[in-house]
Amino acid sequence: MSEQPESKSTAENPNVSLENERTANAQIPKTRAQMASENAKTAKKLVFVVIGMLGFSFALVPLYDVFCDLTGINGKPSNEAAVYESVVIDESRTIKVEFITRTHSGMAWEFSAQTAEIRLHPGEMGEVEFYVRNPTEHDIIAQAIPSISPGVAALYVNKTECFCFKHQPLKAGEEAIMPMKFYVDPQLPKEFTFFTLQYTLYDISATVKPAVVVAMASNG
Amino acid sequence: MSTETLNDAHESPDGHDAHHEHQIPKGILRWLFTTNHKDIGTLYLWFAFIMFLTGGAMAMVIRAELFQPGLQIVDPHFFNQMTTVHGLIMVFGAVMPAFTGLANWLIPMMIGAPDMALPRMNNWSFHILPFAFLILLSSLFMDGGGPAFGWTFYAPLSTQYSGDSTALFVFSVHIMGISSIMGAINVVVTILNMRAPGMTYMKMPLFVWTWLITAFLLIAVMPVLASAVTMVLTDKFFGTSFFDAAGGGDPVLFQHIFWFFGHPEVYIMILPAFGIISAIVPTFSRKPLFGYASMVYATASIALLSFIVWAHHMFTTGMPVAAEMFFMFATMLISVPTGVKVFNWVATMWRGSLSFEVPMMFAIAFIVLFTIGGLSGLMLAITPADFQYHDTYFVVAHFHYVLVTGALFSIMAAVYYWLPKWTGKMFDITLGKWHFWCSLISVNVLFFPMHFVGLAGMPRRIPDYALQFADFNKWISVGGFAFGLSQLIFLVLIVKACRKIGEPVSDQVWEGAEGLEWEIPSPAPYHTFATPPLIK
Repeated sequence: MSEQPESKSTAENPNVSLENERTANAQIPKTRAQMASENAKTAKKLVFVVIGMLGFSFALVPLYDVFCDLTGINGKPSNEAAVYESVVIDESRTIKVEFITRTHSGMAWEFSAQTAEIRLHPGEMGEVEFYVRNPTEHDIIAQAIPSISPGVAALYVNKTECFCFKHQPLKAGEEAIMPMKFYVDPQLPKEFTFFTLQYTLYDISATVKPAVVVAMASNG
Repeated sequence: MSTETLNDAHESPDGHDAHHEHQIPKGILRWLFTTNHKDIGTLYLWFAFIMFLTGGAMAMVIRAELFQPGLQIVDPHFFNQMTTVHGLIMVFGAVMPAFTGLANWLIPMMIGAPDMALPRMNNWSFHILPFAFLILLSSLFMDGGGPAFGWTFYAPLSTQYSGDSTALFVFSVHIMGISSIMGAINVVVTILNMRAPGMTYMKMPLFVWTWLITAFLLIAVMPVLASAVTMVLTDKFFGTSFFDAAGGGDPVLFQHIFWFFGHPEVYIMILPAFGIISAIVPTFSRKPLFGYASMVYATASIALLSFIVWAHHMFTTGMPVAAEMFFMFATMLISVPTGVKVFNWVATMWRGSLSFEVPMMFAIAFIVLFTIGGLSGLMLAITPADFQYHDTYFVVAHFHYVLVTGALFSIMAAVYYWLPKWTGKMFDITLGKWHFWCSLISVNVLFFPMHFVGLAGMPRRIPDYALQFADFNKWISVGGFAFGLSQLIFLVLIVKACRKIGEPVSDQVWEGAEGLEWEIPSPAPYHTFATPPLIK
């Protein structure tokens, strides 16, 4: 037990280890109280990491939106009307745009594009009309959500007018034609020769009812 | 590593004798109020074993239904609940608590600490866990059944097509998360602050190292899981639209958040296994580990890489090609540090004086079978190939090779390796060998044909399948039942060991075992290292 004298001196003078951070060669055992306070300190730091990560994971939601807006990788085109002026039409190539419509499951509306596909030059205005009918016996408010595939093309689709910018309320049995005007940015990379624009209709009556009842009343 | 335990008669620094030694409380209260790391480790391990058998029973239901094509035993909704709850229980109820149990038992003994750093929190982190699983399991008996959306609870399955039990699911995952975070904080604080004098970081046993890194992963990603389930809860019940396109959200965002948690999570379930194998292989090769430092760095690299590969689970969601390339190459990069590890284990055995005790048999099976799982993972990492393999039984085969013959085999190896130290008696070696050989053969009959049906296009999570998969599925089910029954041998062995039936063992237990835990008496006394050992 050659270590005994050294340990004894520690027991007499436990404060030594307060100054001594635990290093490779520290041979000074700490008291339980010192150990406990040190442990509590480290644990507190780790709790901050936990809280930080919790905040970070909620921050991912807006970060994801910003990231997708900048890169367009989730296929969401801009939800604001573009202005069509001084756009150069690139007549050297033609882009095919296909239109797909669907209603979210459980929603009984009829919804279709009047034109299945159009071909146009980048920079040229295109117009498509969508037919929609509410065959149910209830007034329903719908929201159309666009999605473009391949996603990156979404950055180059500029809509000057779209029904999807607003809600689409239809009374029971009512039908409507909804227009959409757009042009493809001439900056569209050469490898894109066609893309698909899909609209999905969601029933949002439950969430926006109060506001729309007012809107419909003023229309009627 | 040579060590010296100070004379027992010598007082511990604060003047307290280790006098609790004689007052271990008796009966159920001991287990309820205990703050002793060994008791809590035992509780965790038993809990994990019970959950393993529960989740295993659900796997038996799955395999019984899939024994033949067509629907015969359970209805599809219940089948979905079985796949979901089987996954949740095995991940959060069996593998993770088993590793936490091993950490509780072993880390203080390996670093020469008297206990875990925060013993009361340790008690809490275990005792909330049974409630989490009680809530989850009871949801199966609700009207409309339990969670049926897969353990990955993708939106909108969990937000729009799920039952009311989703609230219970979310609550139970929250409790599991809190338990894991508390356990991880405890491990980190213990390792950072309570090492015996002279135990530098680069002298720590690899099990301690791998657990330190695992604990940091847990602290980093369990909060992400907590917020993912919270968003599902508010989307479903409180009208938010995190993942609902109609309200401006995006269901793909769910997958990003989930896998940002999920990929580090799968390494949480394998890094401690690397530590266990790195302890067992040198013992039975009677050689030191081939490259200790490279193992430490490889573990840290795997942990860091785990944060930048999450989207390889999402290749088919329509990512841009550049992103797919990034995630493909980053994923393949992980095979470099993993290869370092496998190389190290094999090089440790090379020209060693090998002997094949039960823990070593499990360790060698781990190395071979985990490598098979790693290789199928590499195949899945190849983006264009993944479009074919995605959501097929090939994926099921892959993650069962890394989780069953990987994580689970390492846990069994660890139990066989340290059990004699815990009980002071050698376990029934004949039963152990039976358990090993039955498990080894049946597990391969169970999971290997899944590669073939998966490559041929059989989708996962479906209670029925096309006729051409019938023969293979019969084999898979037979393997499944055999593997399930083999675990009952393990149960008998453990019960016998806990009743202290067997030959007494020496302090070192295994010739060639090195480390502080082999220098204390067998069975390990209730309190160890009240006075820290000196490490030269």
